Amino acid sequence: MPKVVFDEDRCKGCELCTTVCPKNIVVMSKKINAKGYHPATVDEMDKCIGCAFCANICPDTVIEVFKEEKK
Amino acid sequence: MIKVAGRPESLQSKQFHYCPGCTHGIIHRLVAEVMDELGIREESIGVAPVGCSVLAYEYFNCDMHEAAHGRAPAVATGIKRVHPDKVVFTYQGDGDLASIGTAEIVHAAGRSEKITTIFVNNAIYGMTGGQMAPTTLIGQKATTSPYGRSVEAQGYPLKVSEMLATLTGAAYIARVSVHDPQHIRKAKAAIKKAFEYQIAGKGFTLVEVLSTCPTNWGLTPIEALKWLEENMLPYYPLGEYKTPEEVK
Amino acid sequence: MGERILMKGNEAIGEAAIKAGCKYFFGYPITPQNELPEYMSRRLPKEDGVFLQAESEVAAINMVYGAAGSGARVMTSSSSPGISLKMEGISYIAGAELPCVIVNIVRGGPGLGGIQPAQSDYFQATKGGAHGDYRLVVLAPSSIQEAVDLVQEAFEIADFYRNPVMVLGDGMIGQMMEPVEFRAPQKRDLQPKDWATDGCKGRKPNVINSLWLQPEKLEEHNWKLFKKYEEIKKNEVKYETIQMEDAEFALVAYGTTSRICFSALETLRAEGYKVGLIRPITIWPFPEAAINQAADQVKGFLAVEMSTGQMVEDVRLSVEGKAPVHFYGRTGGMVPSPNEIVDQVKAVLGGGK
Repeated sequence: MPKVVFDEDRCKGCELCTTVCPKNIVVMSKKINAKGYHPATVDEMDKCIGCAFCANICPDTVIEVFKEEKK
Repeated sequence: MIKVAGRPESLQSKQFHYCPGCTHGIIHRLVAEVMDELGIREESIGVAPVGCSVLAYEYFNCDMHEAAHGRAPAVATGIKRVHPDKVVFTYQGDGDLASIGTAEIVHAAGRSEKITTIFVNNAIYGMTGGQMAPTTLIGQKATTSPYGRSVEAQGYPLKVSEMLATLTGAAYIARVSVHDPQHIRKAKAAIKKAFEYQIAGKGFTLVEVLSTCPTNWGLTPIEALKWLEENMLPYYPLGEYKTPEEVK
Repeated sequence: MGERILMKGNEAIGEAAIKAGCKYFFGYPITPQNELPEYMSRRLPKEDGVFLQAESEVAAINMVYGAAGSGARVMTSSSSPGISLKMEGISYIAGAELPCVIVNIVRGGPGLGGIQPAQSDYFQATKGGAHGDYRLVVLAPSSIQEAVDLVQEAFEIADFYRNPVMVLGDGMIGQMMEPVEFRAPQKRDLQPKDWATDGCKGRKPNVINSLWLQPEKLEEHNWKLFKKYEEIKKNEVKYETIQMEDAEFALVAYGTTSRICFSALETLRAEGYKVGLIRPITIWPFPEAAINQAADQVKGFLAVEMSTGQMVEDVRLSVEGKAPVHFYGRTGGMVPSPNEIVDQVKAVLGGGK
């Protein structure tokens, strides 16, 4: 199962990642990070397909994407 | 599990100072990913500009040299002539490259200096607070063109890629954009080509990257991407303006 | 003893730089120093080096900035209006503490001025010229031989202190021909340039930079530079005194003008005037102590310059009011004659020997 990891305290809440997810699972968290922004996050991780669009458009290298190794 | 996206080794872990949603961060990461993929981090020397990306020397994880406003291509020339076997690149904005640094960029291209320039065009002076740039579009408002840029008063925005592509010494000139994932992928491919052509000794290479400035455009980051797509793409068409195949 | 060859000043300066290990030259044409870049364009390719004619003086000095940051011995040359254009880069090079040698073959100013010899860039060379708290080491040769020796030493000084060094000549030094011998300069104990940007293999990235956004850090940096300049003042002052042992009156002049003063001195001595000459070789740091000491001995000074009076201010500061300091200058490319200086000295002394 692919997985997205957000380094939430680096996030500046620009929301660009929320516009590119084909599964619409990247959302802005209700909590506030160390910088005072609502950081981006994924609640329904099981829907992630590991396309890495979110990481690709993130200007602050907040996002890491992991995938199963292809056999 | 393998990591398919994240911070490349050629980027320091330091947090960017850029405003939320500013696409400088994307472009930094693309350059760093290319350096990683080509395995040239320890062979590279970057030249930082004056402007929003003045602190680029704190972000790229390679030897860096901070230049005066507009002079990065001259500084890069000095470095490359001393170390012809190293990879030398400049990272410059549109005020830096297309206004105060026009002489330096034109002649670096003319001499076919074997360097790579990443030219970030966001049609405005960001660092100094949103003044009109040489690339500001007709009708676009800036703090020094408060009524919108007019042809009568300020003339036409410079099309740098088209202009430089006319020079024999330019080996690879491309204009790309980072307003969506597909274009970001293409932008990276162009940056990679530029570095590869430099390494192959083809001559001067430049990638113009259309970028946003949500803060000074007065838009949200999402609106800014849309504004870029709708307003900048028609005036600054994307594509490869020069490739080494044409040079021969 | 090495071989003595007859060379034009500008070319001798170029050869001296090559002998000092300078392999990189970035310049732009301007009279009266063109023979220097022309010479480098002939010689450097044969030395496995690079000569590059830049698109402007601004670009040339920034190429020097890049090459110096990359660890090379590098030089540029120009003449007054061109040096004004280089000032931006000079400030960056000084701020980033990089070594390089800048030759200024001075011509008349201000503005486009003229193309004849002058010394009217003294303030620009020694007092700043560009922005910020910085200093250049400024060497002022009075003969082609001295130019050759000082250019070679300039590279050693530049590397030793990580500071730009200016060699300040004038049109006369540049255009004159004299026999010269290339002697190896005294080698200094130079540290490896482990700060240079040459690829970060096996180490952390190096950064060449002059930006300090935090005022505390910039102040710290400026005081660090200040300490270095104080060290240079302590160690590098160079001057020559001629017949000062019994002198009751002193001429002060540098470069070409000091040679003319020497002719005047011989005439005055023959007529019984006890005149001596103090010739600053480094005009920054200025030989303050030597002149201050002389002020205890002589009745007065006459500073002679090819300007309307610039170095004379440093002479006055050095004398600290202990004796009158007079000035005689020609400017705009006019060169004072020995007789004019003889007459000036006599006028100042009121006929009294």
